Amino acid sequence: MIDLTKENFDAEVLESEGVVFVDFWSPKCEPCMGLLPDVEAFAEKNAGRAKFCKLDTAGNKRLAIAQKVMGIPTFVFYKNGEKAFVFNKDEIEMGAVQAKLDELLG
Amino acid sequence: MSEVYEILVVGGGPGGLTAGIYGSRARLKTAILEKGRPGGQAASTMEMENYPGFFNESSGPGIMKEFAAHAEKFGTSIIKGTVVDVDLEGPIKTVKTSDGQEYKAHCVILSPGAEPRSLNIKGEGKLRGKGVSYCATCDADFFEELDVVVVGNGDAAIEEAMYLTKFAESVTIIVIHDEGVLDCNKASAEKAFKNKKLNWVWNSVLDEIIGDEIVELVKVKNIKTGEVTDMETNGVFFFVGTVPKTEFLKGKGVEMTEQGYVVVNEMMETNLPGVYGAGDSNAKYLRQVVTAAADGAIAAVAAEKYLAELETFREQVLESPVPVLLAFWAPQIEKSMAAITVLESVVEKTGGKVALAKLDTYRNKKTSANYKVETIPTVILFDKGEVKGRLEGDFTAADVEKLI
Ligand SMILES: Cc1cc2nc3c(=O)[nH]c(=O)nc-3n(C[C@H](O)[C@H](O)[C@H](O)COP(=O)(O)OP(=O)(O)OC[C@H]3O[C@@H](n4cnc5c(N)ncnc54)[C@H](O)[C@@H]3O)c2cc1C
Repeated sequence: MIDLTKENFDAEVLESEGVVFVDFWSPKCEPCMGLLPDVEAFAEKNAGRAKFCKLDTAGNKRLAIAQKVMGIPTFVFYKNGEKAFVFNKDEIEMGAVQAKLDELLG
Repeated sequence: MSEVYEILVVGGGPGGLTAGIYGSRARLKTAILEKGRPGGQAASTMEMENYPGFFNESSGPGIMKEFAAHAEKFGTSIIKGTVVDVDLEGPIKTVKTSDGQEYKAHCVILSPGAEPRSLNIKGEGKLRGKGVSYCATCDADFFEELDVVVVGNGDAAIEEAMYLTKFAESVTIIVIHDEGVLDCNKASAEKAFKNKKLNWVWNSVLDEIIGDEIVELVKVKNIKTGEVTDMETNGVFFFVGTVPKTEFLKGKGVEMTEQGYVVVNEMMETNLPGVYGAGDSNAKYLRQVVTAAADGAIAAVAAEKYLAELETFREQVLESPVPVLLAFWAPQIEKSMAAITVLESVVEKTGGKVALAKLDTYRNKKTSANYKVETIPTVILFDKGEVKGRLEGDFTAADVEKLI
C-alpha cells in the first residue's frame, strides 16, 4: 500500500484516475491497528484493480481534516479524484468494503 | 476443521485474555476469538491508574499487550474472527465467525465486553468520525489547538477529558448534575477541578450537534431553566456508559437481562452447562479491568473442573466395559469413607466383573446434580452407560451384593 503524506496526497489521490482507496489510521488508534492486517489483505487481494493507500493522520492532521475526516479509522473511496464513498469506524466491515469496491469498479 | 477446543473464549479483552491465561496454564487447549486487536476497551484508554501493581507510566494499551503476551506464552491461540452465531446447547458447542469459519469446543467463555453507548442526539449519528467521537486515544490528535466538548461525568468521562486537555485548547464538560457533583471517583474529581483547561457546564445536557460536514456547533440545554445555548466547538466526545455486545447471543438459549447482560452465578456459569460469562458483558456490579480479569479466572477454573468431571465420568463410568458402581462420597463425611471400604471389598470379590468409581460429591456438583444425589454416601450401578439401580445412606456389603 502507498503511504500518503501532504507531499504526495494530491498526486496519488486527487489527481488520480480510477478508484483510490484510502485508510485514515494512526498507530495510537487500537481499532485502526486491529483492522490494518485486514486492510492489507484486502489491498493484496485486489491488487491491480484499484490504488490502495493509507494515511497516518498523526503527522497529517490538517490533510485529514481537509478531507473532512476527524475520527479514525475511516476508509474513503475516491473515484477520478472525487470522494465517492466514506466508511466511518462503526460501519467498517470488510465484506461491505469489498462490495463497495466492486460496485465502484462497475 | 475437526479440532475441538477444550475452552473457546469469545472476545480478547481483559476478561477473555485472563480466561486464556488460566485455561492454557491448566494445559487445556484454549483459543480466543477476537475481532480486532486483543485488549478490548482497556486498550483504548491511556489513563489507567487503578489496575493493581501498575501505576507508574502504565497505559491501557501497554497493560493489555502484557495480558495478551501472557496468554500466548502459556499456549493460548488468539484467532482473528468476529463471532456472528453460536450453538451452545449440546455437549459440543459451535461458534461461527463472519468469514464462514466454524469452531467447536467443550466449553465456551463469553466475554464480548461492551461498547460505548450513544445517546442518539440529533446530529450525533451523522457527524460520527467528523468530530463526534467515543475514543479519546483514537481521535485526540485531531483536536490539537481546537475546542471540544465532553458529555458524561463518570470515571471514564472525567479521565478521558483530562487526557484530552493534553491536546485540545479547551475541554468543556457537560454535566447533568448540580454544580460540583460528579459521578466519578474522588481522586479524579479533585484532579479535574484543578485542571485549568477544563470548563464546566452544570445542570445541562446536549440537545443537538450541528455541522455541515464537520462539527461546528452544539446546542446545550439547561435542565433547570430549560434555556438552550449555542456553543461553538470542533468536537464532541461521549462517555456516557456502555452497552453489552451480546447481540449474537439473542435467542440462543443463554439467559440475559433485558439490557442484554449475561446472567451468571458465582462460578461464572450461565444457565447452559459448559457455557460461562466473564467481564463487562455480565450482569454485575463493577465493570473494570480488575473485575473482568477476576471473572475470566473464575470462568476458566470452573470450566476446567467441568471438563475434568466430564472426562472422568465418561472414561470410568459411561464407557466402562464392565458394570460400574459409582460411589458419591465426600472426605468430610466419615460414613461415606466407611461405605467406600465396604464397596471396595465387595468389588474385589467379583474378581473384575464389576468396577468401582469414586466421585467427590462436592467437587463434582454437576454429575451429582444430574443424578439427583442428595444423600452421601450414595452408590449408583451403571451398566453400558445406563443406570441399573441405587443405594443411599447406610448400606451393608450384603445390600451391595444384592444390587449387583
Ligand atoms: C474510555 C474508557 C476508560 C476506561 N478506564 C478504565 C480504567 O482506568 N480502569 C479500569 O479498570 N477500567 C477502565 N475501563 C473499563 C474497562 O476497560 C473494562 O471494564 C474492561 O475492558 C472490560 O473487559 P472485557 O474483557 O469484559 O471486555 P472488553 O474490554 O470490552 O473486550 C471485549 C473484546 O471482545 C471483542 N469482541 C466483542 N464482540 C466480539 C465478537 N462477536 N467476536 C469476536 N470478538 C468480539 C472486542 O473486540 C473486544 O476486544 C475503561 C473503559 C473505557 C471505555
